[in-house]
Amino acid sequence: MAMTDNQKRFAHDDDSVVVVIGSGAGGGTLANELAQQGIDVVVLEAGALHTTADFLADEWASFAQLAWLDTRTTSGSWRLAKDFPNLPAWIVKSVGGTTVHWAGASLRFQPHEFAALSNYGEVAGANLLDWPLTYDDLAPYYDRAEKRMGVTRTHDNKGLPGNNNFKVMHAGAKNLGYSCNTGHMAINSTVRDGRSACQQRGFCFQGCKTGAKWSTLYTELPAGIATGHLELRPESHVARIEHDDSGKVTAVVYFDAEGAAQRQKARLVAVAGNSLETPRLLLNSASAAFPQGLANGSDQVGRNYMRHMTGSVYATFDEPVHMYRGTTMAGIISEESRHDPSRGFVGGYEMETLSLGLPFMAAFLDPGAWGPRFTQALDQYENMAGMWLVGEDLPQASNRVSLNPDVIDRFGLPVANVHYDDHPNDIAMREHGYRQGAELYRSVGAKDIYEVPPYPSTHNLGTCRMSARPEDGVCNGYGQAHEIPNLFISDGSQFTTSAAENPTLTIVSLALRQAEHIGQLMRQGAV
Amino acid sequence: MSSPTISRRVFLKASGGVLAGTLAFASGPIALLAPSRSWAMPLDTLSSHQGDVLLGVARQIFPHPDMEDAVYAHVVKSLDRKAVDSALLAILDEGIVSLDQAAGGDWLALDEATRLKHLSPLAGSPFFEGIRGDAVVSLYDNPLAYAHFGYQGAEGDGGYLTKGFNDLTWLPDPPQPEGGYLPFETPTA
Repeated sequence: MAMTDNQKRFAHDDDSVVVVIGSGAGGGTLANELAQQGIDVVVLEAGALHTTADFLADEWASFAQLAWLDTRTTSGSWRLAKDFPNLPAWIVKSVGGTTVHWAGASLRFQPHEFAALSNYGEVAGANLLDWPLTYDDLAPYYDRAEKRMGVTRTHDNKGLPGNNNFKVMHAGAKNLGYSCNTGHMAINSTVRDGRSACQQRGFCFQGCKTGAKWSTLYTELPAGIATGHLELRPESHVARIEHDDSGKVTAVVYFDAEGAAQRQKARLVAVAGNSLETPRLLLNSASAAFPQGLANGSDQVGRNYMRHMTGSVYATFDEPVHMYRGTTMAGIISEESRHDPSRGFVGGYEMETLSLGLPFMAAFLDPGAWGPRFTQALDQYENMAGMWLVGEDLPQASNRVSLNPDVIDRFGLPVANVHYDDHPNDIAMREHGYRQGAELYRSVGAKDIYEVPPYPSTHNLGTCRMSARPEDGVCNGYGQAHEIPNLFISDGSQFTTSAAENPTLTIVSLALRQAEHIGQLMRQGAV
Repeated sequence: MSSPTISRRVFLKASGGVLAGTLAFASGPIALLAPSRSWAMPLDTLSSHQGDVLLGVARQIFPHPDMEDAVYAHVVKSLDRKAVDSALLAILDEGIVSLDQAAGGDWLALDEATRLKHLSPLAGSPFFEGIRGDAVVSLYDNPLAYAHFGYQGAEGDGGYLTKGFNDLTWLPDPPQPEGGYLPFETPTA
């Protein structure tokens, strides 16, 4: 029986409901938290409902099942525009959104990262800004998020056991004087919250079949449905948000599973479609009153797109590693995440183990490459260890999600074009990360080192950023649109800056804080 | 791979060829998977000669000297499926004809080094990219390739918790608490 079978249903003309667009880390958490307060919520999710039993231990087949494959276009000098021109992002189109395929790393942002402009100073070419909230504002919600997600090494949740890939990283970290452990992961290290302990399958990116890894698919969404205040509508692709003469949003128009247009009335709308679809939806909702798109009087919707400085280092050894066995992200080094401009860049980065199965290793090792250097790497696949570098990239006004007027989707809507140029700071940080990663593995006896370019972006951030002043961004510190009081941004699009850490824990914490705030506003009758 | 039904289909469908070979290694991971040392792969659209040349081209683009032709045959099979698109079929056909012509009639008659010399200038062409772009997926996404490279694929579905996720012994085991705890272990620190 599907979790939606006996759920409460709301009428399309019921204008008392909150409509949440997207069911991932932001949308799924927000919807549940509202429902727990007795607020009626309709969740519109573009993807289909796949349960844990549907997940596939097969990289390409799973990609076809879960990935967001609707057309997007790219421009800019980033390498992805050449390697994967129609796949700028590797995110999920399925109930649970990208929490289905995330690796589970749950790191808090550091206090200084909430005030990047104050702490880093002006950086030429960048559009830095302080968040309109501080670490201390968010700290209580980080606590709550860690507890509900079961983050390891917090709140008495023990660390996950390290796999072979971790052993290699740990040995190298020791040689370099780094500290390294199995990380803060939202993956059960023991049976907890009615979910299994991690069985070390190694298919975190393909959906966690045992449910050991936190995902809104089998936590927040069923919990919200159980309150009788949440209706989840899968395969509901939102086309635009409508508003009245006063400028308040009133309804959401979407295409259902049969492709029929539907209109759901709403008291309040929260957008959590990930940082490509969220600005695309606001831009596609342009009207006579909002000619540049909803909530876009500042011309900031779509701008300051961030995707983290990323890159990978793979190394081969004389002896086997079998890195694909066990949790994909099995170890973390945080030493380089500090802000230390003496390294030649502002901000910092994390080093996290990563592995790809053979099919994806071939696809992502060096896209477009051929010949012996490429094949020699794969010949050593069994003896390979790997890490991912993930660090703060700088917001730039010209890095931007915009509408591509020349390409439309199956509903006739312009698709998102994603423009990105690496900032010199991003490049300097990546080079530093490659050097440190290579040195770490060489200290353990690595034979060959492979510096692997960024994969299609999994961390898509900014594009509707929070700002204290309306002219600098799109929403305030609660994600409330500056221009439209009953429109909220509820995903990573809100991020003012990217920080070094994986974003999901912060997205969830912001959603918890936002849910509380929306509840207060609704009880006061302010929205 | 050479079941009676497939052989009959090949016989009835005159346009398609067949790719055939013998395993080079009598033992090893692929021999263990194969029902016999001889293998054959029927083609629906491509001729036998086209199949042989494409296999040779795939070997040049992604050279794994110790890897069986039977693994490269997956690339040919994949291209054969895609070649129902007449535009791709024309690209493949023209590419093969020009390789053969430049080689004085038969590119496959050249030695390995000379084959590469003739093929390299085509890098980036629709012919070369059509094969490379397919092969980077089809060559490495099949059970024979998994066996060759030592990737366990769907064997991981049940989890490696008791099947070697931490069996590496050539480095010291990290201490606790950094190295974490098995599900049944109680932290002592």
